[in-house]
Amino acid sequence: MHEFRYERPATVAEAIRAVAHDPEADFLAGGTTEVDLMKDGVFHPDLLVDITRLPLRGVRRDGTMLQVGALTTMEELASDRTLMERAPFVVEALLRGASVQLRNMATIGGNLLQRTRCRYFRDPAVPACNKREPGSGCEAVNSVARMHAILGASPACIALHASDLAVALVALDAVVHIQSEEGERLVPLTQFYLMPGETPDRENVLRHGELITAVDIPLPPEGTRSIYLKIRDRASYEFALASAAIAVIMDGPVIKEARVAMGGVGTIPWRGFEAEEVLREAPATPDTFRSAADGTIRDPFIVPGTAFKVELAKRTLIRALTEVTS
Amino acid sequence: MRVNVTVNGAPMTADDVWPGESLLYVLRERLGLPGAKNACEQGECGSCTVYLDGLPVCACLVAAGQAEGREVLTVEGLASGEELDPVQEAFVECGAVQCGFCTPGLIVQAHSLIAGHDGVPADAEIREHLAGNLCRCTGYEKILDAVRLAARRKAGS
Repeated sequence: MHEFRYERPATVAEAIRAVAHDPEADFLAGGTTEVDLMKDGVFHPDLLVDITRLPLRGVRRDGTMLQVGALTTMEELASDRTLMERAPFVVEALLRGASVQLRNMATIGGNLLQRTRCRYFRDPAVPACNKREPGSGCEAVNSVARMHAILGASPACIALHASDLAVALVALDAVVHIQSEEGERLVPLTQFYLMPGETPDRENVLRHGELITAVDIPLPPEGTRSIYLKIRDRASYEFALASAAIAVIMDGPVIKEARVAMGGVGTIPWRGFEAEEVLREAPATPDTFRSAADGTIRDPFIVPGTAFKVELAKRTLIRALTEVTS
Repeated sequence: MRVNVTVNGAPMTADDVWPGESLLYVLRERLGLPGAKNACEQGECGSCTVYLDGLPVCACLVAAGQAEGREVLTVEGLASGEELDPVQEAFVECGAVQCGFCTPGLIVQAHSLIAGHDGVPADAEIREHLAGNLCRCTGYEKILDAVRLAARRKAGS
């Protein structure tokens, strides 16, 4: 592991200042992604600013919204009673996202910033990775790929966004609080992540020295039904091949309102706006669900190893819609 | 740097710790507690599971500095003297140990399940709770037997 200094400032302002003034510095929260990637030599900060003891922890109800401190752990948020009652699919996404041990350390802010599981990104011995070394190419496009993206992908990068939580949160229009030396700004999670385009190394709108301090989760109206369906290679503790986060309000057999997002398919957590339009005021029938699926999985970028995901993703969405509306 | 940590109830100090060391490394190499095992080093196998402030975590992914001033309970701290913890006893009785490398992590993780449970957890719950602990020998059946036995004894049935 690269040599680095470790600091544990006492306030949010000091932590932000420490990182902002050192281009090679990084924040350290739960560490479950970051420490791992430092061991692998993918990350090599010269200064780690430990923020785990800052007062950014806890879940607070604010009217029709939950405000979640960025350092709240996955396990803490998963045991929030309001969330369980009003948006159980967020809890499902959290519980299916990692083992107990990881959920006890991993934070909500860190979860949103977790890096891709693309094996070529995570192995510095592989020279071509535009995400790790801008301009170096993409080994995944030319070699064996499977756990990779088909939406938002391009010849420059097919790395998948691996978070389950983020999928449920983009469906709910969660909002990220971002603090810097200049002040605070709020960014909707649907606008937080960046498509790889020609700059796969830039994954989100955060600038160096900016810190996520909280996430607002709007609670869906009472009576909303929701589901997080995760399809994977084994029954537990595995990343998604395809997943669907859906919240619907039903009026008899008709879908009044729908929120749709998919994981396991996109370079970013994939909001299904097209599917939502198809579903709104539509009867809950197999034809409706198939149209919603076709609308979501449009113009996929596939390589031989990911071709199977096109139909798998559609079937995942159809099954989730069938279950949540019946 | 210096790291002060309470381990198994006793305050301990490790000096000359490099910031890149993990809590696992500090426990094993500096504090003489080799119970928690070093296997995948990626948080995938659970062999290094210890309690940190009462919650099971993968010690391999905890940076040494993050443990400063906190309480750690390792597998060495579960028994009282020569008397094994009921979870350890159940593992022995059920033959839930083969090569033994995953065992310390599984014991701590199973301990955390039973400690937070009044009755006997359903199999699905046991499997989910132990999902982050990999065993390459047993096929898990004997481990499930041991967890059920320990839970039954604690529930008094």
